[in-house]
Amino acid sequence: MKIHEYQAKQLLRDFGVPVPNGDVADTPAAARAIAERLQGRVVVKAQVHAGGRGKAGGIKLADDAGGAEAAARQIIGMRLKTPQTPPEGIEVRKVLVEEASAVDRELYLSATLDRGRSTHVVMASEAGGMDIEEVAAKTPEKIVREWAHPALGLADFQARRLAFGLGLPGEPFKQGVTLVRNLFRLYLAKDCSLAEINPLVVTKDGRVLALDAKLGFDDNALYREKDIVALRDVNEEDPLDVEASKYGLNYIKLDGNVGCMVNGAGLAMATMDIVKLAGGEPANFLDVGGGASPEQIENAFRILSSDPSVKAVFINVFGGILRVDRLAEGVITAVRKLGLTLPVVLRAEGTNVEQGKKMLADSGLALTMADDMWDGARKAVALARQAK
Amino acid sequence: MSILVDKATRVVVQGITGREGAFHAARCREYGTTVVGGVTPGKGGTIHDDFPVWNTVADAVRAAGANCALIFVPPAGAADAIMEAAGSGVPLIVCITEGIPIGDMVRVKHFLGGTQSRLIGPNCPGVITPDHTKIGIMPGHIHRAGPIGVVSRSGTLTYEVVGQLTARGLGQSTCVGIGGDPVNGTSFVDVLKLFNEDAETRGIMMIGEIGGTAEEEAAAFIKARVDKPVVGFICGQTAPPGRRMGHAGAIIAGGKGTAAEKMAALEAAGVTMVKSPADMGATVARVMGR
Repeated sequence: MKIHEYQAKQLLRDFGVPVPNGDVADTPAAARAIAERLQGRVVVKAQVHAGGRGKAGGIKLADDAGGAEAAARQIIGMRLKTPQTPPEGIEVRKVLVEEASAVDRELYLSATLDRGRSTHVVMASEAGGMDIEEVAAKTPEKIVREWAHPALGLADFQARRLAFGLGLPGEPFKQGVTLVRNLFRLYLAKDCSLAEINPLVVTKDGRVLALDAKLGFDDNALYREKDIVALRDVNEEDPLDVEASKYGLNYIKLDGNVGCMVNGAGLAMATMDIVKLAGGEPANFLDVGGGASPEQIENAFRILSSDPSVKAVFINVFGGILRVDRLAEGVITAVRKLGLTLPVVLRAEGTNVEQGKKMLADSGLALTMADDMWDGARKAVALARQAK
Repeated sequence: MSILVDKATRVVVQGITGREGAFHAARCREYGTTVVGGVTPGKGGTIHDDFPVWNTVADAVRAAGANCALIFVPPAGAADAIMEAAGSGVPLIVCITEGIPIGDMVRVKHFLGGTQSRLIGPNCPGVITPDHTKIGIMPGHIHRAGPIGVVSRSGTLTYEVVGQLTARGLGQSTCVGIGGDPVNGTSFVDVLKLFNEDAETRGIMMIGEIGGTAEEEAAAFIKARVDKPVVGFICGQTAPPGRRMGHAGAIIAGGKGTAAEKMAALEAAGVTMVKSPADMGATVARVMGR
């Protein structure tokens, strides 16, 4: 799960990581009031879950409160288009108004999971403000890494090595050590998948501040992070994704026109792949789970059929826990109840497959049966093409 | 022979009084697995579906000689269940549970480092030696005993390849699901090493996914050490970057972990790569000269 920059900065504040003074506004008047309180130059930043905001016109400097109001009027309500947003952009609903910092140096600091080592890693670099993947690829020596123990946490000597790695001298060094430790504490305490400060800046008056902040959270841990779940902004998510998550379905909308309904994540990915190999484009990833109930099948159907770009549905199921006869029951009920007119191709294998196929044949529904994955993919792609 | 499990394997099911635990304990027993009973804290001394229940794994080890733990405990308690099994000296732990917080699994990995236990999973279908021992949730009837070792990060996609193999008369020595999470117990490399040393396994089918570098590590190991034919498939060739495709571990992050990279690495290691998931069985048959 992702949250907004202003929410991330509040969490950083709570854990003792210094951030610029500021507040969030959803109207130009509110932005003006914040700027009046802050005095001096301010930055007005669009709050969307996507990077690349500056280049897209989502971040503006203002000299005074009037300028802040004008900037907020331009940004709020605009559809921000960056390389990380959908092609149609995301509507900006809120701006963060912050004091503008006189920046001396831009640095990088983050905590995340190192999959290769199966533990947490904290990374620091003097090359801030840039894409860290690029730094890692081109100048790996510019990144300092420390791997933390999950129970003991980050040792003091590791925090010092990271702060030295940031090239911090004297007073800023002391601030840096505390900041590194506090960021890792937040990362661990809130089940973050990523806690990234880019850039971390040293101001001309020697303060160390998180100028931008990106926090991501482990979806598996959300059950115990109620305060984080409260920060979820469904406006930033695809409405169909939100609907699917209500029913415990794993759904991701894609650009194609062949709707896929599959049990299991690996088989669902493989089904997308085979649709592509058959000359089509998958409209989605959809994993109904290992033991999908008839209700889940029905909800999955409703979500697939409410996507106007879906022209045919390919159901690919290998029944283990999920018995094919129960799947058939779910499909028959859903198609009847929803009055579904989309062509449906069904390929099913596994437990009680003969029984399930007989039920579907007897139902009188216009389903196309497939012998195997390849046959099913070809038939679904052909039907989607005819429907155009 | 087979890998990981044999006639001496005695399974205790953690979470046996839950719906999934009870259901699959019975299915494993029907298949021929020695299931000695289960563990549910607070229900020790009772009988659940003919299975004796103990309060702790240590009790099950003491009373029934359990040497394998099969875990169905829900996500919030699953990491602790794994540590309990390892802390009770159980050498093989198979964790089916999906959705364990990643931070919990990092703790488990550190804990396991101080023990002799091997963890399979979590978020996996388990381990099966066909016609012999089933420790997991896979449908037993699609498997046949034979010469192919199967290792995979995915569940139902493993059933798919097993179905294709069995349909061509190619049985399996052992099938191991290592799970779809970013932090897991046993890696591709661990299982490949076991298959390479197993006399009964004559060919290996490996199924990877996008995300992480486990497949690249497997490629390096295969190149250096594996002398049996290996056929590979990577799912997620069409997955967009930055989106988690169902499994917590299946995500292309920062441009890394793409299917193309993994396929190239495995191909360079001499693995016969399959492009279409419909051709997995046929390719193994061809490579094995069937």
